[in-house]
Amino acid sequence: MAGFIVRRVLLLVPMLLVASLIIFLLLRLGPSDPAMDYLRLSKLPPTPEALEEARLFLGLDRPIAVQYLDWLWRALHLDFGVSYATRRPVLPDLLLFLPATLQLAGLALMLTLGISVPLGMWAARHRDRLPDQIVRLVAFIGVSMPNFWLGFLMVLLFSIELGWLPAMGRGSWMHMIMPASAIAFMSLAINARLLRASMLEVAGQRHVVYARLRGVPEKTVERSHVLRNALLPIITATGMHVGELIGGTLIIESIFGWPGVGRYAVSAIFNRDYPVIQCFTLLMVGIFVLCNLLVDIAYAYADPRIRLSAEGVE
Amino acid sequence: MSDLALPEKPAAASGRRPWLSLTGRFALALAATIIAVAVFGPWLTPHDPNAMDLTARLDGPSAAHWLGTDHLGRDILSRLFVGARVSLGSVAVTLSLILALGIGIGGAAGFLGGRTDQVIMRCADVFLTFPTLVLALFMVGMLGTGLVNVVIAIALSHWAWYARIVRGIVLSLKHRDFILASRLAGTGRLRIFWTHLLPATMSQLVVLATLDIGHIMLHVSGLSFLGLGIAAPTAEWGVMLNDARQFVWTEPHLMIWPGLALFISVMAFNLLGDAIRDRLDPHLRMEHAH
Repeated sequence: MAGFIVRRVLLLVPMLLVASLIIFLLLRLGPSDPAMDYLRLSKLPPTPEALEEARLFLGLDRPIAVQYLDWLWRALHLDFGVSYATRRPVLPDLLLFLPATLQLAGLALMLTLGISVPLGMWAARHRDRLPDQIVRLVAFIGVSMPNFWLGFLMVLLFSIELGWLPAMGRGSWMHMIMPASAIAFMSLAINARLLRASMLEVAGQRHVVYARLRGVPEKTVERSHVLRNALLPIITATGMHVGELIGGTLIIESIFGWPGVGRYAVSAIFNRDYPVIQCFTLLMVGIFVLCNLLVDIAYAYADPRIRLSAEGVE
Repeated sequence: MSDLALPEKPAAASGRRPWLSLTGRFALALAATIIAVAVFGPWLTPHDPNAMDLTARLDGPSAAHWLGTDHLGRDILSRLFVGARVSLGSVAVTLSLILALGIGIGGAAGFLGGRTDQVIMRCADVFLTFPTLVLALFMVGMLGTGLVNVVIAIALSHWAWYARIVRGIVLSLKHRDFILASRLAGTGRLRIFWTHLLPATMSQLVVLATLDIGHIMLHVSGLSFLGLGIAAPTAEWGVMLNDARQFVWTEPHLMIWPGLALFISVMAFNLLGDAIRDRLDPHLRMEHAH
């Protein structure tokens, strides 16, 4: 297992390098001139002299390869430069907002897994009967529901009509219920259907039939023979859901006045504040890659075939 | 007893099955209606969607304004109709861009092979790995805000899914006898790709594209909702929702309609995509949750 983890971590290095290169090149080769944006955000008049000066100051006169290596070198030392708009170091500001985003996305992930698994099992157990139809309906609504509209509808019902939950801000756990549910709903719906399909597929396999023939109790069959195998695709899907949940969080934050990185990033995109956009994207990439690493490790742990073949055991 | 113990049901008898299931036909009708509204919207609107009437601000439903008016006295129904055009139009352009990029890049990778393929697919892997919304946000950051840039950004963050499929099919076919025969007969590479390889990718691309319509629609309106897409006075469902947020407490009806329009459209195209997938490509059970 240790060998598998080491190999998997080593694979991340080229991946992150390619990602950082793409991020850097696209921003630099994009249609607008960072020196111009720098002057605009500093409220300086864009005279030719000022442009030239800004270009020198930002190091844009150097060859692009040098610029990239310099940026990468600093990034490795956690120096992502200074925001053009606020003149403050980018990383500490982003890290200030990040915990709130991760808290919300994390709760959404827990909701997704915690609700979709029992829901999927319920649907599979009663295939083509009422529970299955209910889950199918929920899933259809889930994949089509714009999460920001769902957020509004919840505010309308739970804050305005019933007055049960606070509509805005961050504080108690009560503040997290609505945003986290709005984020989780789509992933939850997809996951429940996926688990249902996966369970039905496993249930038709031989080892399950043999277990029944041996007289293993139905509950044990369902839990140890069906569910354990059926959860494997769910682990893989969780990797994708993490991305979807992070994306959802960035949008939902703006509805519930949640003080996360989403609003900070959106204002940076508005302003074309390059250092912030670069750092934000790299941060999201890093978090996402880390989550996928955990998912892969969990998968290898759950599926001995992967673990053993990675260690060269036949 | 649990239904898990039952044997898998045999597939429905395939004698005289209609081309699309009942839900599929319903979804098709709904989608066609929405497309019709998008195309003919400007002629259907009861009022000028941008005409302000400050004497009739925030009115509830009435005979003149079936769905009421917004904070500037503009007719909501008319704005919904015109918004359909923006939403569907941008989805159509986005999908065309994605298909062009996916077919071009994926086809080149599969057809040329070797190092070109390696480099292209390594880049594609990066795009496949990361959440599309984060990618799209980054692309908007690179290109700047506005609807055109949002469309390009979403296309740039989705092409890899299509490129991968096209490449896979091209790779699996390019050494088959009929392609070799065609080459021996002196057919040019581009022509071989166009006449023999591309048609083979069509059914999978159609399925993926239909399933993606709703997803892309949510992306476009989500980014507009954040204020990164189309500029404010234009009617677009995401923008209307964004406009409505300041009136959630007092005028909730403002936010119901654009959201409902978006929800129904996305659902119609999702149902249609499912039905087409079941028909064209029953084995494609790829739960693509990007």
